[in-house]
Amino acid sequence: MNTIYRKRLFINRLALLLALAAMAVGMLFLAWILYTLLARGLSGLSLAVFTQMTPPPGSEGGLANAIFGSLMMVGFATFIATPIGILAGIYLAEFGNRGWVGPTTRFINDILLSAPSIVVGLFIYTVYVAKVQHFSGWAGTLALSLLAVPVVVRTTENMLRLVPNSLREAAAALGAPQWKVVLSVALRAVRGGVLTGILLAVARISGETAPLLFTALNNQFWSSDMNAPMANLPVVIFQFAMSPFENWQSLAWAGALLITFSVLVLNILARTLFSQKTSS
Amino acid sequence: MSTAEQESIDAARMAKKLNRQHMADKLFRFTTLGFALLVLAMLAAIIASLIYGAFPAFREFGFGFLTSTDWNPVTNKYGALNTIFGTVVTSIIALAIAIPVSFGIAIFLTELCPVWLKRPLGTAVELLAAIPSIIYGMWGLFVFAPVFSEYIQPFLAQTLGKLPIIGALFQGPAMGIGMLAAGVILSIMVIPFIASVMRDVFEVVPGVLKESAYGLGATTWEVVRNVVLPYTKIGVVGGVMLGLGRALGETMAVTFVIGNAHKISASLFNPGNSIASTLANEFAEASKDLHIASLISLGLVLFLITFIVLAIAKLLLIRLTRNEGART
Amino acid sequence: MNTTPASTPTSPAAKIKVNNLNFFYGSFQGLKSINLEIADRHVTAFIGPSGCGKSTLLRTFNRMYDLYPGQHATGEIVLNGKNVLDKKQDLNQLRAKVGMVFQKPTPFPMSIYDNIAFGVKLYESLSKAEMDERVEWALKKAALWDEVKDKLKQSGLSLSGGQQQRLCIARGVAVKPDVLLLDEPTSALDPISTAKVEELLHELKTDYTIAIVTHNMQQAARVSDFTAYMYLGEMIEFGVTDEIFIKPKRKETEDYITGRFG
Repeated sequence: MNTIYRKRLFINRLALLLALAAMAVGMLFLAWILYTLLARGLSGLSLAVFTQMTPPPGSEGGLANAIFGSLMMVGFATFIATPIGILAGIYLAEFGNRGWVGPTTRFINDILLSAPSIVVGLFIYTVYVAKVQHFSGWAGTLALSLLAVPVVVRTTENMLRLVPNSLREAAAALGAPQWKVVLSVALRAVRGGVLTGILLAVARISGETAPLLFTALNNQFWSSDMNAPMANLPVVIFQFAMSPFENWQSLAWAGALLITFSVLVLNILARTLFSQKTSS
Repeated sequence: MSTAEQESIDAARMAKKLNRQHMADKLFRFTTLGFALLVLAMLAAIIASLIYGAFPAFREFGFGFLTSTDWNPVTNKYGALNTIFGTVVTSIIALAIAIPVSFGIAIFLTELCPVWLKRPLGTAVELLAAIPSIIYGMWGLFVFAPVFSEYIQPFLAQTLGKLPIIGALFQGPAMGIGMLAAGVILSIMVIPFIASVMRDVFEVVPGVLKESAYGLGATTWEVVRNVVLPYTKIGVVGGVMLGLGRALGETMAVTFVIGNAHKISASLFNPGNSIASTLANEFAEASKDLHIASLISLGLVLFLITFIVLAIAKLLLIRLTRNEGART
Repeated sequence: MNTTPASTPTSPAAKIKVNNLNFFYGSFQGLKSINLEIADRHVTAFIGPSGCGKSTLLRTFNRMYDLYPGQHATGEIVLNGKNVLDKKQDLNQLRAKVGMVFQKPTPFPMSIYDNIAFGVKLYESLSKAEMDERVEWALKKAALWDEVKDKLKQSGLSLSGGQQQRLCIARGVAVKPDVLLLDEPTSALDPISTAKVEELLHELKTDYTIAIVTHNMQQAARVSDFTAYMYLGEMIEFGVTDEIFIKPKRKETEDYITGRFG
């Protein structure tokens, strides 16, 4: 073996070792974070977390109102964002190659996908909260739906683009009008993928804290009034974690475990769903 | 009824049916177009409302708002430079750590990983991206910061802190929280984003291209360095910019660990503030109109910066796919 | 070079008349002054090396190219006395009259029954019983009924490739079109399924006018009554299949058929 070759082999090994190390570092942090959540969250988790309201400092309580508020807002936001996202996604995939609307929307949507979520909170604050003069569950819902729309648009378009043109042609060849080709054949062929997009959007907005800070704010009590400030897990976690009270902090960890667990389950569910749909 | 009459009735019915179909198609097209335009309108509305909300602050301070380091709700004087500084510095730290690590992960996933591990590990990286940012913040404050102040900061002060010039960056009390800690937490957050984009662009390299390099006796590293990377460099930069866009606007992870102090310090060990963390901390409690307007101005500045960064990222990634199309 | 020989068999009535048809992909001309007549209730095959325009020609008959921007045709294609290239021609109506089967099977993501019913429902309102009858009729026409009659509710995607292709033929037949276009319908199928589809064409031509594109010359010889040989967007020779294969008039055709070319 000559020296040049030996040197090349050495560099190769070194580079691959570093790549392996990078992978290990990534996995280490994932494991470390999950371990912390389990270790600290499980000890705070009890039945009371689901049945009792968020307590004042120093007394016992749970997260029931926050869990309920989060479910309400995420639910309504998904309900609002899904049709908007799917219809806009259909436009991009089916009509979006000509003219300026398609390419521009696609571009802007991808930017909104990564835009700072706190700015969305500011936006809803200025156009809604400041006008009606109070924080509310609806304001939080609107902020979350603004974050969910780009996710649904992107996946819907991507999925529809996976539909082979021959399938569209086959439907058109029977004399089907375009709306029928798209809705009954193309969209139907990828409904699993579109559902994946919706699940990913739900996962994305379930953990969002920043846009809720000054839209839904928080509420110490049980409230199902969407026109009033509404408790929600992320903001409660934020406030409780930053507080000096030990029972609040332990509730914050329990909440953090709940949120992360749900988000990860949603993600894994979405992925398995999609891989099933594409393999069949 | 004669067959001719029957035929004309059929033809009329057909014409009506076709007419309805065309109306339905038009309606379908315009409805979806409307919703696509709604996405554009969202962006326009965000920018317009921020400009509107920020206007009082810019009227009061002019462009001095961007260059002033004065941020004091008591005297009602506001300047953005501290927070812009904190935002940029934490993002630079994050990228400095995240780029090499993401690169390593992407190489591992595309070139090294045994096939059966590819999916689980790829999913694991994506799960890291799915963890809500508030979790990173909590974990950073309660778990990472103590370890950081106990072991890593003293080590950095002992080594890098002794160097001339850059030594100043690594001095001062090891508190665990501060700009450096925020940068490190941010880097963990953006690694999965950058790594997945890099992995995806590495995977577009045609197999034959790599095989022909291997055929000449190149090592894996040489293939990555001389074939994969040149082929995908635009996409790699796009992925990095995407990560930068995320880092600049990240709120919760930073808010927990940056220390929330409105000042610019030489040392990265000291606390600071970013635009997003300032908004998270002060907005809900702000009562003075000028304070609110100044905070919205910060939001506008943040949005414009991230918009530009993300737009560049997107343009680079579009160019990569277009080149890809031209090649095939 | 592009004029149809005077000996074009005109004994059966022409279903489709193509006059001076030109086709453009943007600025590239894919078809050059095509003239031919497609005989009613016969099988006409189009052969030629890939890229010769045979699929393009087929796709002008139902104006499938209209789905894509930048493609257009000039000239005339007369079907039932009307020029289908006319701007006023309703595309959906045209396509309901001109069925098409593609290279790869394209079952819709729905049950076998709904696959057939999809096209029928577009233009006819049938009762449940009438629809059942129509589905059965179409599946029988496509020689698929016996294989699927017990699983009509199953997804069309669950069938084998050959069955899927026959399902697509049944779907095309179910709307009772005047013309059936087949674009290399057996190129993705195994020999047994291919034989079944070819057999089917023999049966179908008693009711339908069939145009088939194929890259397989033996297939053209087996199934068609008339054959057109195309090359580089031009119609080189068109005539009765037996004549084309046994004594072609043009040297180019002979070279292609005997395998000295392409």
